[in-house]
Amino acid sequence: MSNAETFHIRTDEAPRLPAPVSTTGLLGWMRKNLFSSVGNTILTLIGILIAYQLIMPFIQFALIDAVWTGDSREACLAPEGGHAGACWAYVIDYFPQFMYGRYPTEEIYRVDIVYALFVLLLVPLAIPTVPYKTLNTILFLFVFPVIAYFLLTGLVIGDTVILPIVETAVWGGLLVTLVIAVTGIVASLPMGILLALGRRSDMPIVRLLSVIFIEFWRGVPLITVLFMSSVMLPLFLEEGVTFDKLLRVLIGVTLFSAAYMAEVVRGGLQAIPKGQYEGAMALGLRFWQMMGLIVLPQALKLVIPGIVNTFIGLFKDTTLVLIIGMFDLLGQIQSSFSDPNWSTPTQGHTGYLFAALVFWVFCFGMSRYSFFMENLLNTGHKR
Amino acid sequence: MTKKILPIVLGAALGVAATAANATTLEDVKAKGFIQCGVSQGLPGFSNPDAQGNWAGLDVDFCRAMAAAVFADDTMVKFTPLSAKERFTALQSGEIDVLSRNTTWTMSRDTQLGLNFAGVNYYDGQGFMVRKELGVSSALELSGASVCTNTGTTTELNVADYFRANNMPYEIVAFEKADEVVAAYDAGRCDVYTTDASGLYAQRLKLTNPGDHAVLPEIISKEPLGPVVRQGDDEWFNIAKWTLNAMINAEELGVTSANVDEMKSSDNPSVKRLLGAEGAFGEAIGVSNDWAYNIVKLVGNYGESFDANVGPETPLGIARGVNALWSDGGVLYAPPVR
Amino acid sequence: MSVQEQDTAVQPQRASLLNDPKVRGLFYQTVLVLALVWFGWTIVSNTLANLERQNIASGFGFLETTAGFGIIQALVDYSETSSYGTALLVGFFNTLLVAAIGIILATIIGFVLGVARLSNNWVISKLAYCYVELVRNVPLLLQIFFWYFAVLRAVPGKRDKWSFFDTFHLNIAGLRGPRPVFEEGAGFIGYAIILALVAIVFIARWASKRQAATGQQFPVFWTGLGLLIGLPFIAYLAAGMPVYFDYPIFVETGPMLRRGFTLGTGFNVIPEFLALTLALSLYTASFIAEIVRAGIQAVNRGQTEASHALGLRSGPTLRLVIIPQAMRVIIPPLTSQYLNLTKNSSLAVAIAFPDLVSVGGTVLNQTGQAIEIIAIWMAVYLSLSLITSAFMNWYNQRMALVER
Repeated sequence: MSNAETFHIRTDEAPRLPAPVSTTGLLGWMRKNLFSSVGNTILTLIGILIAYQLIMPFIQFALIDAVWTGDSREACLAPEGGHAGACWAYVIDYFPQFMYGRYPTEEIYRVDIVYALFVLLLVPLAIPTVPYKTLNTILFLFVFPVIAYFLLTGLVIGDTVILPIVETAVWGGLLVTLVIAVTGIVASLPMGILLALGRRSDMPIVRLLSVIFIEFWRGVPLITVLFMSSVMLPLFLEEGVTFDKLLRVLIGVTLFSAAYMAEVVRGGLQAIPKGQYEGAMALGLRFWQMMGLIVLPQALKLVIPGIVNTFIGLFKDTTLVLIIGMFDLLGQIQSSFSDPNWSTPTQGHTGYLFAALVFWVFCFGMSRYSFFMENLLNTGHKR
Repeated sequence: MTKKILPIVLGAALGVAATAANATTLEDVKAKGFIQCGVSQGLPGFSNPDAQGNWAGLDVDFCRAMAAAVFADDTMVKFTPLSAKERFTALQSGEIDVLSRNTTWTMSRDTQLGLNFAGVNYYDGQGFMVRKELGVSSALELSGASVCTNTGTTTELNVADYFRANNMPYEIVAFEKADEVVAAYDAGRCDVYTTDASGLYAQRLKLTNPGDHAVLPEIISKEPLGPVVRQGDDEWFNIAKWTLNAMINAEELGVTSANVDEMKSSDNPSVKRLLGAEGAFGEAIGVSNDWAYNIVKLVGNYGESFDANVGPETPLGIARGVNALWSDGGVLYAPPVR
Repeated sequence: MSVQEQDTAVQPQRASLLNDPKVRGLFYQTVLVLALVWFGWTIVSNTLANLERQNIASGFGFLETTAGFGIIQALVDYSETSSYGTALLVGFFNTLLVAAIGIILATIIGFVLGVARLSNNWVISKLAYCYVELVRNVPLLLQIFFWYFAVLRAVPGKRDKWSFFDTFHLNIAGLRGPRPVFEEGAGFIGYAIILALVAIVFIARWASKRQAATGQQFPVFWTGLGLLIGLPFIAYLAAGMPVYFDYPIFVETGPMLRRGFTLGTGFNVIPEFLALTLALSLYTASFIAEIVRAGIQAVNRGQTEASHALGLRSGPTLRLVIIPQAMRVIIPPLTSQYLNLTKNSSLAVAIAFPDLVSVGGTVLNQTGQAIEIIAIWMAVYLSLSLITSAFMNWYNQRMALVER
């Protein structure tokens, strides 16, 4: 080292070697994410085993062994020595009932119109970039319910029957699920806003009553509310005045979700900077002008994810109405189990699997939407 | 400010769904044009909807007969399926006009709930069903068994009394809906299924292999099932009571839906009075004089209704037994029309 | 805004009461109260009129009457001759039991899943993700039905069993295991446990003081564990072994009805309870997992780095640094999940588990006292909610960041 004879000075950069095989590509990814240590490897193997144990029988049941066509239970009985799979033929046979209940076949087009209108109005409302939001909202929140009401129940003016009356007793399936969930959320929104304002009011009695109302409904289980509306509400009314059973449930559900909605809206109101309130007051706006023009538009936009989440919760909770003897989607499926024509050992599993699938698609879709909106709305408020 | 929304919502709703409060149930029924009848959520033979949602059964026939008596049209009746829990409040609150839902007539129900039983349209008793493989031939051998039943019915109380009286330990699993009880029993959750004997025969049809199950001979209770109306409206009570009596009397007098037109010109004064050819018995209870004619013509007499819905020719295959006319050795005995 | 301070002589008309916010507030509130009173009065008078007209008995006197029906699972002494009040009490304790066990299970599963979702291991984190998205997007009632009607009906029948370690046996009638029977003198074991707990509290306090003063650590956990096991064991031996286990008796011969487990032997967890508790805790766990994940992610990344820089390994970092800080974010939503679980336990009514709502429904049917029963339900759940919130608020305050 001391007196070296030859010097080698490197003038150009050494060629870049590719990263070690063990850190790139599939192998590297696996090393990093699956087998980084002994413990991790064990975890990975256990995880794969669990996934395999859960998924394979499911695929076997739902797809491989499944029966897709047939018109009675014979089609779905297990073949000699084999395993019985899901009996989709039964779901296909019962599909109209799962969607509409016992709604008269010749009137089902009315339900379809309502579904179509609902989608037509909701989709542009849900996509942030579509214009005419105000008009759309008004149509959706005020005009649509009226049209839907007459389409679904029927319309008779004087003695002329424009649309034959269809009693709510024959409604069922997904129709009832959607009617309860959508009505519950749409009707509870204005109530929730009023309650949220009441809870933040300066008037002590208003505040106290709002708090009592909200905490009361949030403190009791929905099933007791439903029992109350089905068993106790009739006793509250004057003699001879009766409610349709579905309407009673709707009232109960609305009051119940209004309390949850109030808390969601309150969160939005609290997130609006104080300057907005002060600015509005400085402009000389009255209370309702300030709320209606300045605060609520901002606050409600902020709480869209919260409203969607409340809706998901309510949508799942509508299944509870089957306990009080109404036929929502799950209730309708359960009641079809007593049909001897389709009674096989797999009928129950298939029915529940179908219900789970429908609910999952709706709820997962909505939760993704809520997540998307959250990200969209967050951008403006990130500190 | 916030809570005012509630009465507004209620008020708006009232406009949609309220029926005006009339002085009597009959006026109310006539004004709205149909009878609202409370039935079960599905009990084959008694009240059960078919795939099209048409209700049929012994209890349903009673409501149709009332409609025939009031409107001369047995289709002017609407059915409300009710759980055991809802049935009495539904009647008390006026949501339904008559409850015809295999309901046992007991003293406490008759006296403490503001209800009146209009008679008995099926004499029942609580029985037990077991798997044949258990090799049990008497209910007294059921010590230590687990028992499936419906919650909130008299059966739940009877079974407790019976096992206690015979000093037999047992385990009770009580479900809300009849379907769930049957499913639980079918799956083997319980050794024994207990309900009214008629119900046992009806529900046995829903089991995977009905032939594997046997109904035990013991009947442990009296279960007179009958239609119920609200207390305090004697006019409506009379119509209900006499609709049932007319059906039973018609059978006794040999009047059937097939021969009712000929029988109208019968010489038998009892038949004449029943069918309105003599006297004004119908008007006395607030309906037309040919009320019983309409009942028999449109619905049939008690025997016809029994045979069509639960009798030996039906899947239920229940013999008349104690439900035969008194003259045939049963206990059906209707007061005469006179 | 108040006009009182202004010169009233100049602008008397501005003093119009209509524009005084205080007066207006008072006015609105009076109107509101009047409307409410009217509304309440209408309901009460309607109800009273209805009850009177229909001769329906009212009041809570029925609670003393003999119930006459059996209940499959009772934590307090109950028989058919007990009163309706006792029956409701049985239901109430069953609700508490489901809620308590459900909360414990849901918390454990939820925390494991929440941590698993943040795991570096791709398979584990994806599994946790799939679990959460699958379970929380399907109605709870459907899941209860799934566990009860699909899973717990697919196990062996009553005359058969699946055994685990020869001690626990599962069949359609439930999960059976040995039941400890306490004889005279068993009370000493209870005292020993209490004594051990008190000792642990004191040792923990002393140890933390000593560590603060001298930096020396004391193995509190192992000492505590030793005390908790050792003391009761000594008491058990000293009192002459007063505890023995009652094993379930499984009969395989003789008449068909007698085969299977003999009623009243061993300890039986009924399938209704199993299904309800499983469904409740697995469902709630999916929500808790999300809360835990959000809580952990809310802790600044610098905390982890600083902790590693101090030489702490991943385990202690999570336990000593991350979780305590995450808890502040986690506790409020966790409280509402606990409340939801308690309220959701009322779905027991759908699968014949005798909880408060289920037993109350039976009582309602037998007596027709709709108003009283529903009032009892609501009062009980409201108080449970309030007590749970109060407790969690107290815990939250203890955990809250102490600003200096």
